[in-house]
Amino acid sequence: MTISRTTRRLLAAVTGLVLAVLYAPLALVVVNSFNTSQALTWPPSGFTTEWWQRAAVNPGAHDAIITSLIVASCATVMALLLGTLLGLAMQRYSFFGKNTVNLLVILPIALPGIVTGIALSNAFSSILGIRLGFFTLVVAHATFCIVTVFNNVQARLRRMGGNLEEASADLGAGMWTTFRLVTLPQLRSALLAGGLLAFALSFDEIIVTTFAAGPGVTTLPVWILTNLFRPGQAPIVNVVAVVMIVVSVAPIWLAQRLSSDPSESTRAIH
Amino acid sequence: MTLSSISSTLSRRPGIRLGLLLAAPLTWLVLVYVVALAALLVTAFWTIDSFTNELERTFTLDNVREITSEALYRTVTLRTLGVALLVTLIDCAIALPVGFYMAKVASRRSRHLLVIAFLMPLWASYLVKALAWRSLLSNGGLLDWAGGLVGLGTPGFGVTAIVLTQAYIWLPYVILPVYAAYERVPDSLLDAAGDLGARPARTFRTVVLPLVVPGLVAGSIFSFSLTMGDYITVNIVGGANQMLGNLVYINSGSNLPLAAAIALIPIAVIMIYLALVRRTGALENL
Repeated sequence: MTISRTTRRLLAAVTGLVLAVLYAPLALVVVNSFNTSQALTWPPSGFTTEWWQRAAVNPGAHDAIITSLIVASCATVMALLLGTLLGLAMQRYSFFGKNTVNLLVILPIALPGIVTGIALSNAFSSILGIRLGFFTLVVAHATFCIVTVFNNVQARLRRMGGNLEEASADLGAGMWTTFRLVTLPQLRSALLAGGLLAFALSFDEIIVTTFAAGPGVTTLPVWILTNLFRPGQAPIVNVVAVVMIVVSVAPIWLAQRLSSDPSESTRAIH
Repeated sequence: MTLSSISSTLSRRPGIRLGLLLAAPLTWLVLVYVVALAALLVTAFWTIDSFTNELERTFTLDNVREITSEALYRTVTLRTLGVALLVTLIDCAIALPVGFYMAKVASRRSRHLLVIAFLMPLWASYLVKALAWRSLLSNGGLLDWAGGLVGLGTPGFGVTAIVLTQAYIWLPYVILPVYAAYERVPDSLLDAAGDLGARPARTFRTVVLPLVVPGLVAGSIFSFSLTMGDYITVNIVGGANQMLGNLVYINSGSNLPLAAAIALIPIAVIMIYLALVRRTGALENL
């Protein structure tokens, strides 16, 4: 198919425009973080670094970032374990009820967050009698993070095929040796991509978090939401947002470099 | 039993192997998620005592009756469905040309950069994006200012603002699976169609598009379902308008059975949607 030059230019223009629309609001956040005025009016009234200085010494924001990092790390580790096991089972075996299991993994992410949130908090507090807190939050996050790892592992296993593993078994390696020396090294970048997505997903989640965390645990999104409408705090929220955007560049770049197939790192981007 | 004898037993028994692999994740998903969903379903048919606010565990259809008879729920359900469909349509309409450009027109080098460019906004906090749109759309905000130059104003906070903001927030979730689907279409197919005399438009319609549909549907599951359940963006840019998520949220503290019953609406809608799209193979493309 030869695409005419006009079509190419048109498509490039549309893509450029979409990118501009995608980044303009983010740029606005950066501008607002230096704006002297706290009102949302344009154009900005003046330049100040006051919000940056205040954010640098804001203990609430710092604690929230640390809480979010810990929660996201724990949820990611759980999701990596469960997602890998599930990916191996689903890709290497066929069994009764496979489609149901597939649906089951997708459901926590496909159903609206408020449904997942209210269902989990109800189950934790009224059925199981567990106090809502750090533990319930990690469990809830891990539940909807499994799918990102699962999808990445499954796609990689499908591409790998079973030849190398069979060769390893023929050469006398036991199952564990084969997994450790043959399967796992090939899965490594898929696990990294899936893990990063799981981490990002957990780090940014607010709706399930509101229901599953209870009052004692303040993750960064919870902190942002409570400070969004507080006078004097909104500009500090902007600063925190800018820092988060900048910090996130590194892991994305890494994930891209490590996955040779660019389409793979976009699986289950959720 | 030594490690090697366990290993050799396992290699002779694929059933046990499968059982060991599935045990942990399935226990987790069933114990945590299926039980929780089932409990929510049951709660929808309970009620609370209007005097003591205590949960009454007796079966009743009162909540379902209230939801089906009161106009408020019908209005909000229709509004939520409308917004979710509109957001999904907008995002699909943008993702189709952009994904095509990324996968099939752009050079290899710029393709990598484009993927990164579309991945990055995913990492910017969801709340921050909603906040950015609040600032964009506010009276005297950037849109008002820019619109004023050409004689237009901001749409203000309301349903239009909800649609714009949601379409913006979920766009990368649609573009990336669509791009991945385009990427999997072999170039040789396009060449073959061209060699057989099909014009680009026809090649796109009859060869490329059917292959991209699973990716498009996978993306639409995200945009549709995420919009269906959202209430926070609605609070930030929606003015006084409510969506189903708001009604669930408001009732979740005071009347859990009613909240659960309202939540059945999005659950039913999403389940129908998933059942409809299952045959396209979209669920494997998430």
